[in-house]
Amino acid sequence: MDIHEYQAKEILNGYGVKIAEGGMAYSPEGAVQRARDIGGHIWAVKAQIHSGARGKAGGIKICKTHDEVEAAAEALLGKRLVTHQTGPAGKVCGRLYVEAGTDIVKEMYFCFLVDRSSERIVMVGSAQGGMEIEELAENNPDAITKIYIEPAVGLQDYQAREMAFALGLDPELLSHAVKTIRGCYRALRELDASMLEINPLVVTRSNELVALDAKMGFDDNALFRQQKISELRDKTQEDPREMAAADRGLSYVGLDGDIGCMINGAGLAMATMDMIKLAGGEPANFLDVGGGASAERTEKAFRLVLADKNVKAMLVNIFAGINRCDWIAEGVVEAVKKIDMKIPLIVRLSGTNVEEGRRIIAESGLPIITAETLAEAAEKAVQARNEAVAKEAAQGA
Amino acid sequence: MAILIDETTRIIVQGFTGKIGSFHAQDMINYGSNVVGGITPGKGGQTHLGLPVFNTVKEAVRQVGAEASIVFVPPAFAADSIMEAADAGIKYCVAITDGIPTQDMMTVKNFLRRFPVEQRMILTGPNCAGTISPGRAMLGIMPGHIYMQGNVGIVGRSGTLGYEAADQMKRLNIGISTSVGIGGDPINGSSHRDILEKFEADPETKVVLMIGEIGGPQEVEAGIFAKEHMSKPVIAYIAGLTAPEGRRMGHAGAIISSAGESAAEKVALLKQLGVTICPTPAAMGETVAAVLARM
Repeated sequence: MDIHEYQAKEILNGYGVKIAEGGMAYSPEGAVQRARDIGGHIWAVKAQIHSGARGKAGGIKICKTHDEVEAAAEALLGKRLVTHQTGPAGKVCGRLYVEAGTDIVKEMYFCFLVDRSSERIVMVGSAQGGMEIEELAENNPDAITKIYIEPAVGLQDYQAREMAFALGLDPELLSHAVKTIRGCYRALRELDASMLEINPLVVTRSNELVALDAKMGFDDNALFRQQKISELRDKTQEDPREMAAADRGLSYVGLDGDIGCMINGAGLAMATMDMIKLAGGEPANFLDVGGGASAERTEKAFRLVLADKNVKAMLVNIFAGINRCDWIAEGVVEAVKKIDMKIPLIVRLSGTNVEEGRRIIAESGLPIITAETLAEAAEKAVQARNEAVAKEAAQGA
Repeated sequence: MAILIDETTRIIVQGFTGKIGSFHAQDMINYGSNVVGGITPGKGGQTHLGLPVFNTVKEAVRQVGAEASIVFVPPAFAADSIMEAADAGIKYCVAITDGIPTQDMMTVKNFLRRFPVEQRMILTGPNCAGTISPGRAMLGIMPGHIYMQGNVGIVGRSGTLGYEAADQMKRLNIGISTSVGIGGDPINGSSHRDILEKFEADPETKVVLMIGEIGGPQEVEAGIFAKEHMSKPVIAYIAGLTAPEGRRMGHAGAIISSAGESAAEKVALLKQLGVTICPTPAAMGETVAAVLARM
């Protein structure tokens, strides 16, 4: 789960990380009021969306008058911002963070993340800030310092000092840097964050170390014990279909294709999508219905897939283990009848009680296309999709 | 032989008396696994499914000589149960539980590393379907009847995709020595590489099918191990060709978050390392058959 910049900053500030003075606004008037409260002569009006690289997408505006603040807020609120992290659909900005302008002397990159290879927390920093770490890793990998944290003892002060020196910080800032780094580490550990990024971390004219941006991501598996973090969820930043799926205990990811999928198990789901692609089609979604595919759950899954109006054909691929094919077949037949499905449906069942399952589908009298193998299922789905598209075109002409 | 488990392995179930634990314990017993009891703290001394219930794993090791365990404990408590098993001297543990926090798994891995290698418990999972040595023993939740006994080792992240592979092989009359699910989480007990090492040492296994997916470095690390240390052929399929970058595809670990983690990149690297690639997920059986035919 991701949170907004202002939320991450508030959390980190509580752990001793210095931030610039700022406040939230939901309207242009509110933004001007925040600027007045903050005082000074320069402000940053920042779109709060769940994505980095907001600056490049025009999501951060530097303003020198209250009129400029108002204009910036008007331009940003309700705007759809597209960055390389949001995908082509972008994310709509519904909240602004108005922050006091910072007089920057030096910009650095800093982050903590859970590293899969070493199975440890790693601290990453670079004296060259502002840039995306991916760019930096590609163009100048030597400028990046990585320090691995031993889980049994946690972050040590010498490691924080090593990082401070790698960031090129003035020795005068050393103790403040150690405090900042330790604060970030504690936040990551105590709140079950999977990443915490400050880009840029800056040194100001008055020689202070300030987090100018902040991004935190949290381990979904740990949210059960992080009630306060769960409450920070901003549903407007998430795909409504994925949210609806999650609420029903299903795992769904919307894609750009037009063959809808319902599969049990994440690996088989990915493999089935691969098979559709190899057969010349494009999957409309990833959908793992999990282990216990009851009739009710099957119907919910069908409704979810069919809510995507691009879907021209639907493929169900179930390998029943704990599940039984006959239960699934009953669920599918019931769902098709209830929903009054208009597009072709291809069903492939395998595993426990497969004969019984196939018999139920065959005897239902419904126009369900069946397949025995994975390859056959994908080919039939692509063929049915092509026929449906051709028919539509003929009707259109 | 097979690896990790056979018909003699003395198995206990952690989370024995719960609904899920009971169901799968019975299923494993029906398959022929040597289940000798289970753990539910506070219910020690009772009998469940005709077997003794213990309060602690240590008691089970002492009293019935438990060697392997399977964990059905809920996510919030699973890491604790795994560490209890390791400390009690269990040799092999399968964690079925889905949803264990990543930092808990970091603690578990660190805890396991404290033991000298020869005393260190082997862990597979979490978030997996378990391990089966067909015809001998099942320590998992898979449908046992789809696996035929034979000479191909399978290691994979996904449950149902593993079933698909076993099914394709059975249709071609190809059997399996052991099939190991290592699970879909970003930090797991054993890696693909760890299991390849075991298959290499097993005289019964002739070839290994590795079923990987997007995300993380494990498939490529296993490929490097295969090239440098294995005499047996390794065949691989990597799921997630159509997965977009930065999106989690169901499994907590199935996300392309850095270079080299996409299916296409992994396939290219594995090919260079001499691993035979299954061109499609429907061709896992055929590809294994072709490799066996050349031997």
